Amino acid sequence: MSEYILEMKGISKEFTGVKALSDVNFKVKKGEIHCLIGENGAGKSTLMKVLSGVYPHGTYDGDIIYEGEVQKFSNISDSVKAGISIIHQELALFPDLTVYENIFAGNEVKRGAFVDWNQTVVEAQKMLKKVNLKVNPETLVKDLSVGRQQLVEIAKALSKEVKLLILDEPTAALNEDDSENLLELLKGLKQEGITCIMISHKLKEVISIADKATVLRDGQTICTLDAADGPISESIIIQNMVGREIKDIYPKRPNKKIGEKILELKNWSAYDVELVREVVKDVDFHIKKGEIVGIAGLMGAGRTELALSIFGNPKSYKVQGDLLLNGNKRKFTHTRDAIKAGIAYVTEDRKGNGLFLLQDIKSNVSAANLKGISSNGILNGNEEIKVATEYKKSINIKASSVEQNVGNLSGGNQQKVSLGKWLFVGPKLLILDEPTRGIDVGAKFEIYTIMNQMINEGLSIIMISSELGEVLGMSDRVYVMGEGRIKGEMAIEEASQEKIMELATH
Amino acid sequence: MGFLTEVKTLIKDNIRDYGMYIALVVILLTFTIMTDGLFMSSRNISNLLDSAGYIAVLAVGMTLVIVIRHIDLSVGFAAGFLGAIAAIFLTQMGVSVYITVPAILIFGIVAGLFNGFLIAQLGIPAFVATLAAMLIFRGALLRVTEQTGTIIVNDDKFNALGNGFIPSLMEVNGLHLLSLIVGLIGILLYVYSEFSNRRNKVKYKFDVPSKGIFALKLVLVSAVIAYITWILAGYNGFSWTVVIMLAVVIIYHFMTTKTVLGRHIYAVGSNPEAAHLSGINVKKITYIVFGSMGMLAALSGILFTSRLQSATTTAGTLFELDAIAAAYVGGVSSAGGVGKVTGAIIGAIVMASLTNGMNLLGVGISYQYIIRGGVLAAAVIFDVMTRRKRG
Repeated sequence: MSEYILEMKGISKEFTGVKALSDVNFKVKKGEIHCLIGENGAGKSTLMKVLSGVYPHGTYDGDIIYEGEVQKFSNISDSVKAGISIIHQELALFPDLTVYENIFAGNEVKRGAFVDWNQTVVEAQKMLKKVNLKVNPETLVKDLSVGRQQLVEIAKALSKEVKLLILDEPTAALNEDDSENLLELLKGLKQEGITCIMISHKLKEVISIADKATVLRDGQTICTLDAADGPISESIIIQNMVGREIKDIYPKRPNKKIGEKILELKNWSAYDVELVREVVKDVDFHIKKGEIVGIAGLMGAGRTELALSIFGNPKSYKVQGDLLLNGNKRKFTHTRDAIKAGIAYVTEDRKGNGLFLLQDIKSNVSAANLKGISSNGILNGNEEIKVATEYKKSINIKASSVEQNVGNLSGGNQQKVSLGKWLFVGPKLLILDEPTRGIDVGAKFEIYTIMNQMINEGLSIIMISSELGEVLGMSDRVYVMGEGRIKGEMAIEEASQEKIMELATH
Repeated sequence: MGFLTEVKTLIKDNIRDYGMYIALVVILLTFTIMTDGLFMSSRNISNLLDSAGYIAVLAVGMTLVIVIRHIDLSVGFAAGFLGAIAAIFLTQMGVSVYITVPAILIFGIVAGLFNGFLIAQLGIPAFVATLAAMLIFRGALLRVTEQTGTIIVNDDKFNALGNGFIPSLMEVNGLHLLSLIVGLIGILLYVYSEFSNRRNKVKYKFDVPSKGIFALKLVLVSAVIAYITWILAGYNGFSWTVVIMLAVVIIYHFMTTKTVLGRHIYAVGSNPEAAHLSGINVKKITYIVFGSMGMLAALSGILFTSRLQSATTTAGTLFELDAIAAAYVGGVSSAGGVGKVTGAIIGAIVMASLTNGMNLLGVGISYQYIIRGGVLAAAVIFDVMTRRKRG
């Protein structure tokens, strides 16, 4: 048997026209901690989903060689049987069940046909000891802190006799102490011969714990760094992470005319009652007329939350601080108020909370501004078709007619419908959340062009984006967010990918 | 495009919408053949429509409730209770029918808004909130009818709502003149609205169906209206129940398809989060839909009480499930955002036709339930299959 527990050879995976992975090679030695690094969308999660059988054999190209054999997992339970466990960023625990029930969920300790609960508790205690978690196994999982829940997940994996443990950003939601704790535990597991693949954005952690680190970018393996060849440095990782040159896919905006401040936030904080934590902290922010302001940062940095707290606060955060619109203090209690004040928000999750997928293009375009096609509450269906058809032409939505269902359009065209919907509102300030996520290059260029047109017509745009190239290519000014805070602000001339990554990962 | 191919694509594209019309026609034809034409007789059709009335109005409201992804189990006993209150108003308190009817409708709205409050404001699942309301209304119905038992209503005007017919003016060859006139006006209005729609489309330079298709549609729909009118005019003419039912459908159809409010309801049903982010007040829409449901429950109670000419202790039992079944047969989807008011009425008529036809044939009650259950399942299966094909 080779020294590698896992070899992934020439893995390619395509989603209807978009290549998520192309010819990725990834080797993991037995008993090492191997970090997987890359920007959002670089293909890390996809690669791990291929490995764990979420995307079954046959839906990807290439081979997975695990413990010396080519594996053909057709679902997750196949990979679990083989000793591969994946712990996702969003924990997959049952909050209303006890710790011991959670550890053995789906893997019950049985005597005959019945669950042996007493033995379950005994076994659970053993597992908890292994992960160094001192809690009563009868505690409900929802009563544990996120850090401890994470440990329960690991205990659960251990109970299935895991050989290869995959952790997807395990420390993203943890505080310093809990993170430290977790990393120590991983080192301990390594001693016991458990191999670990960890996806992480926090480079410090990577440096402190990794035996090897593989960098992915745009669905390709860039390099594998080995701690044995000398310490892995942050600058090398960052270089490899962002390394691509910014190609000329960002259309130029010739005559920039930047005017007065249109929106300003002072000491702006938002507290999420459901998550019981502050998602936006002490943000000072402004945007001027005719400006594109980029907000960079990693997932979970609080960017979407910031946008929502401005846009009428639909998640009912407890908001503090001042919002000034054209110099006047304003408070929006419903998205409707924000829309009336000239703010529009194009969501990052167009299928989830952006579009009405079962409805046609025209109803989607008119949804936020039915006033524009009605009088006294009575709709003018013909006017609606006319308006939608105009947008279909002007922003080039590719569809047979405006009566086609939005659910059947491609991602790029769906995004254009979203844009059309919000442009029809006639906003002064447009907030775009990940405007080009999951869209092919051609459609991206079109969307950038539309953005520039909008700016020329006197709008201002806040662009939240995880794609550094896009942030640098389109923005006039960049904010970097992390952990709910503004970590830095810079004019585009001063900004670079390395600088932004540096701020975002600290 | 040839005329026939155009017809074909039209049917293929709209199979979901046409499905239940086709089903209805099949059911009507089957029963007509099996009963040697007795089923389609004037008297029977008139009875059938009258017996569908109080479920049909509930089904209209229920469709909108299901469209916004909720359910209302309280409507049956709400109808029963409000019907009993109407009887008490008319008999024991001597209130005039002109005050009783609007008052009961307002009570219905209030009851519906209370459900809306529990669901929209407090976030209680509609199933539970309306189940509780159902128990409360059931108790309340028993409470008000406990001492008197069945309350007999003697008010002729009130009883006419469930049993009476519009005046006949005079009979022509045994046909009721006013009903014929109403039918004719219906056809004229329909033709006029189709022409004005077409003219508007042309004004906007949109594509319109070819003249052949347009003429076919006009002739077909006019013929159906004419046929129904002719059948009903042969018995006692249009009943007040049918007139009320038609009014409800027309108003709700207009509201759902042509107004901002209607669009908001479907937006909320189709994706509540996206609706909220589009500036739509989801709570308000929930209130309105449940308020309307309450009003229609009250109307159903009035129709039922008037039809029986009395309020009974068990009035309203299982109305809610009949209404839900009718709504589903009419093509509403529990995933939200899909379903038409016209479908609900057709669904109610399909279910009433089944009962009526099987009664004429002397099918045992046990088989009746089984067959109705089968039809409901078939309708939903058809719906799921056609949707899958599209997606």
